[in-house]
Amino acid sequence: MATIDLDTHPDTAAARTVGRSNRKAERDARNKLTSRGATLAAAIIAIVWTIPTFGLFVTSFRPGADSNTSGWWTFFVNPNFTLQNYFDALTAGGTALTLGQSFINSLGIAIPATVIPIALAALAAYAFAWIPFKGRGPLFVAVFALQIVPIQMALVPLLSLFSRGLSIGGVGIFPGFTLRDVDHSFATVWIAHAIFAMPLAIFLLHNFISEIPGELIEAARVDGAGHGQIFFRMIIPLAMPAIASFAIFQFLWVWNDLLVATIFAPSSSLPLTQTLNSLSGTWGDRWYLQSAGTFISIIVPLIVFFALQRFFVRGLLAGATKG
Amino acid sequence: MATAIEQDTSTRRGPRLSRTVTGIIILVAAILIVAAFVFLIVGGPDEDAVPTTLGFSLNSFFVWIGALHPLLQIPIIVVLFAMVVGVILLLIEYAPRPGRGYFWMRVAACFLIPVLAFMVLRPYQNSVVYVVAIALLAGAILFFADYRAREGAGYVFQLITFMAPAAILLLTGLVYPAISTFIQSFLDKSGKQFVWFDNYVWTFTNPYGFWSVINTLIWALLAPTIATAIGLVYAAFVDRARGEKFLKLWVFMPVAISFVGAGIIWKFVYDYRQGQQVGLLNAIITWFGGQPVGWLDAQPLINTFCLLAVFIWSQTGFAMVILSASIKAVPADQHEAAQLDGASALQRFFNVTIPGIRGSLIVVLTTITIAALKVYDIVAVMTGGRSNSSVLGFEMVNQQQRFQSYGHSSALAVVLFLFVLPLIVYNVIQMRKQKEIR
Repeated sequence: MATIDLDTHPDTAAARTVGRSNRKAERDARNKLTSRGATLAAAIIAIVWTIPTFGLFVTSFRPGADSNTSGWWTFFVNPNFTLQNYFDALTAGGTALTLGQSFINSLGIAIPATVIPIALAALAAYAFAWIPFKGRGPLFVAVFALQIVPIQMALVPLLSLFSRGLSIGGVGIFPGFTLRDVDHSFATVWIAHAIFAMPLAIFLLHNFISEIPGELIEAARVDGAGHGQIFFRMIIPLAMPAIASFAIFQFLWVWNDLLVATIFAPSSSLPLTQTLNSLSGTWGDRWYLQSAGTFISIIVPLIVFFALQRFFVRGLLAGATKG
Repeated sequence: MATAIEQDTSTRRGPRLSRTVTGIIILVAAILIVAAFVFLIVGGPDEDAVPTTLGFSLNSFFVWIGALHPLLQIPIIVVLFAMVVGVILLLIEYAPRPGRGYFWMRVAACFLIPVLAFMVLRPYQNSVVYVVAIALLAGAILFFADYRAREGAGYVFQLITFMAPAAILLLTGLVYPAISTFIQSFLDKSGKQFVWFDNYVWTFTNPYGFWSVINTLIWALLAPTIATAIGLVYAAFVDRARGEKFLKLWVFMPVAISFVGAGIIWKFVYDYRQGQQVGLLNAIITWFGGQPVGWLDAQPLINTFCLLAVFIWSQTGFAMVILSASIKAVPADQHEAAQLDGASALQRFFNVTIPGIRGSLIVVLTTITIAALKVYDIVAVMTGGRSNSSVLGFEMVNQQQRFQSYGHSSALAVVLFLFVLPLIVYNVIQMRKQKEIR
């Protein structure tokens, strides 16, 4: 999109005219390029892709009796609108927690579990990019290759480290954490998420940080800045797009994660996904509750996604379109 | 940088000799660490060992913060964590500088930090002495290696300080568990008896294990190809469609939806009941006068394909966004040249566009394949592994949660690991090639 910077130019009016004609030329060019068939085909796929979600969305606003006896598409013939499902779903118990409580837990898990791994990964990525040392290449490849370890593979040993501590040959060295009686303990979930995010975070941030021109860093060094200052004052601001886009991803992963939470979260700290999953079991056929619950859990990712779309695509492109 | 003078004093007797001396001293210290460790183990178990603390520990901090309201925990942990990172950065900035004060700062950091780190883990009383000894020796090695570093004092120190937090997380959280799981896959349920390949035999002969292997292979082969194909076709259409951004949004939206949410959304599509159908698929079938089908219990493999559809539905948007961006990056003049040569739109797509986006295609395919291999949520939410729809990623958690069969679970994990291995190896080779091109 070629927009013209409209700062306090003496020639604002002229600039605006140029901008307008530019945009018009662009629109004309785009109209020449677009084709009706392509639009139609794309629209059909988009509709097919949206129907399942749309169906559940409609169901979440229908009274329970309706949803259980007729399909959601009859809503348009027989519109009965209610918000009751959302109140019921938020306050429905059945498991240890209501959806409302676990919504707050999800926030409590996802925000720290996004901040912690990114900060630590940025430190390591900087060292890989700008501090030369022996065996740097192989070590970096090794870190990347750690993505090979499926989360499921690390669960049991990590869990026993947390709960039973470290003992070798029957000799206890460190005890585990005693977090059983704590109200809302997220510590183990934070640590687990931070660990599993590390390889990818280091890899992506390194790709970006190593692209920063070396002359900038050299100049700062000549001015007497050490690695600490360079990292904090130059690298972090410059790498902000990459950091932001990975942060969005990490936040969504953690928010949407079921497995790590299933294994590591104590029953009082379960996040939304876990509660929703167990509730949908106990709710069985009560689609009106399941649908409302699902949309409550989708709200945050959708807000994040719509608000930060720009970063999304930019972040996805980091490293993908080098060809 | 400004460490030339120090370097001069440390390498006065010729670089080779001093390298050897440094090496020997570090080796001796390393041997001492191993010795301390051996003494610790030989000491034998102490039944009523008590943890020792300095009055504060990681555990007491977690207990304290866990008692607070979740929303209050967020700012507290983030601020405290930022303070820790701040301290790390200050050390990196100041400790490497030449000068007496900074020298002592390095000494203090090298010896205090490892001891503190071990002490907040509350070592048992009988092992405190050894643990502290190991920490001090490790600090000594760090300090000495740093002091004699070829690049000047402070160099190794800042490298280690930058790397240590991530390295500790990776080693304790991924490397150690992977090794431990591997060993466990050769042990029986109790983890005491060595049973050779029994668990692996079980994996391929027991219906649970067998079907999860078969299904995982189906997932890994079909999910990436179908999702990428649809994503590519859609990206190509959207590229020439009106309202491009708007159209992209709808296909990308499922990426933001959790697999739990997706599972519930699609359970509603597949819903099966007697009488009036509320699930879309069965409603369409009964509309045309057919019999409703219990999709999620339909065997063989039909339910697997139903679950696969959910995964493909959620991954297509991801493929589409990346491929769409790289399609736009294909130079227009190539297209024009092909057009002048009389190539049709389809020929241009296959001979100009596809080769132009090869790199992104590979990235998308491998990413989705790895995700498909590790899938857990969709199966857990939609079928719970019923009717032979299980996959490796789900079955191992199932074995361990429901049956406490750690051996079986570990064997499944290792099989999954072997499936992921070639992909990562391929990626690493690609990475190396790219480096050479630069």
